[in-house]
Parts: sequence; structure tokens; C-alpha cells
Amino acid sequence: MRSLNNPIIWYLMRGSGVVTLILFTVVVVLGIATTRRFRTARLPRFVTLGLHRSISLLAVVFLGIHIATALADSYAKVSLAQALLPLPSAKYGLWLGMGALSLDLLAAVIVTSLLRHRMSQRVWKSVHWLAYASWPLAFAHSVGIGTDKAAGWFLDTGVACAGLIAVTLVWRLLALRNPYPKYLGTAS
Amino acid sequence: MKLRVNPILCDGYGHCAELLPELVELDEWGYPIMPREPVSRSLEPAVRHAVKMCPRLALSLEKRAR
Repeated sequence: MRSLNNPIIWYLMRGSGVVTLILFTVVVVLGIATTRRFRTARLPRFVTLGLHRSISLLAVVFLGIHIATALADSYAKVSLAQALLPLPSAKYGLWLGMGALSLDLLAAVIVTSLLRHRMSQRVWKSVHWLAYASWPLAFAHSVGIGTDKAAGWFLDTGVACAGLIAVTLVWRLLALRNPYPKYLGTAS
Repeated sequence: MKLRVNPILCDGYGHCAELLPELVELDEWGYPIMPREPVSRSLEPAVRHAVKMCPRLALSLEKRAR
């Protein structure tokens, strides 16, 4: 691929990376919140699931921009193989490979979700669980690669994303202990 | 066209009752009660959407009422 030596590409790559992390976090949080045991009259559950689906589409768009700009930028020096496969890199150590691995796992999640109507629910669900491995890898990739590590806003964003995931996970695990909640009715 | 639920797949998420309040009611445990009548033509798009949105893929819109 022809390299572009343009600072705008470099900034676009960093910006789209941060936006992808935030959107990916929101998608995972909404996914964790999609459970049979979660019932409120205020927020209908088709909203949770609908947002989970539409925001994941948005996240894929930003991830596409992030990868395309990383490949195009002459300063980033990322090869196609490094973007797609977990390979070690002299410039980024293991952090670039973590992003690539996260992408591969995410690709499996996306493909099975697009073909969900044509496969068994059990297979779909077990592949969907890979999201729990993909998110921490994406998080490590964002924080570890370190371009914006010194910036306070970047650390705040990282802490907020990790915290949000942790709180939702704890909430869901607590909800799991009560498998038959009292039915509160639909929002109608 | 008739709306059906696979009771083995259904886990009582309740999305169908939220999306199709005209057709689906939930019992006291949160599982859906399907309408006896065939789905009217005007509701078909909404029903197809609900079939797609079911988290367990337990809903189906079938041609012939059995």
C-alpha cells in the first residue's frame, strides 16, 4: 500500500482508535445488560438490544477507519500482515499484535452474528463469548501502545471504560444469583 | 400467516411483548402467550422485525396455521 506522509492521517488514526474503544465499551456494556434477569418498566429491553446492534455497526465503521489509516500512514509503519495477524513488531512490541488478535476475535463474533439465523444458537453464543477476550485485548492495545499515554484525557477515558465494564459485570453476576425475579411488566 | 413460539428455545426475555403489544401478552412468569388468530397483513412488517429481534430466535412467522 502506498504510504501517505500526512499528519492528518496520523491524527485520524489515533482519534478513530479512541472512538472505537469508547464505542466498543458501550457495545459490551449493553451486551452484558441484555439478560433475561434484567427487567425495568423504564427502559424497554428491545432498546438495550437495538442499541447493542446499531452501536456495534458504528464501532465497526470507526474500527475500519482506524485500521485503514494505520495502514496508510507512513509514520505508523504498520503492514497488512501486522494489522490482521498477531505478529511481534519492533516498533510496538506486543501491543500491535494484541490489537490484531482483538480484531480477529471480533471478526469471528461479527461473522457469526450476521449468520445467526443460519446456525445453532449454542455455536453462536459460544463464539459471542469471545467478545469478553476481544475487549481486554483492545483495551491493552489502546493503553499499551502509548501514543497518548501521557495525556490526562486519555487516561480518564481508559479508566472510565474499564470501570463501566467492571460495574456492569458485577451487576450482572449479582443478578445471576436471583434467577427468577419478580415480573415487573412491560413498558406499555 | 401465524406467529408461533418455540417453547423450548424461549427463555422469557419478553422482547416480543414489548415489540408487539397488540399480539403478545406475557404470562405471570414472563413467557409469551401467542395470539390464536392469524397475523393481519398490516402488522406483518412489525412481526417480521420482532422475529428478527428475538434474542433466542424462538419466534417464527409461519405460512399455514396448524
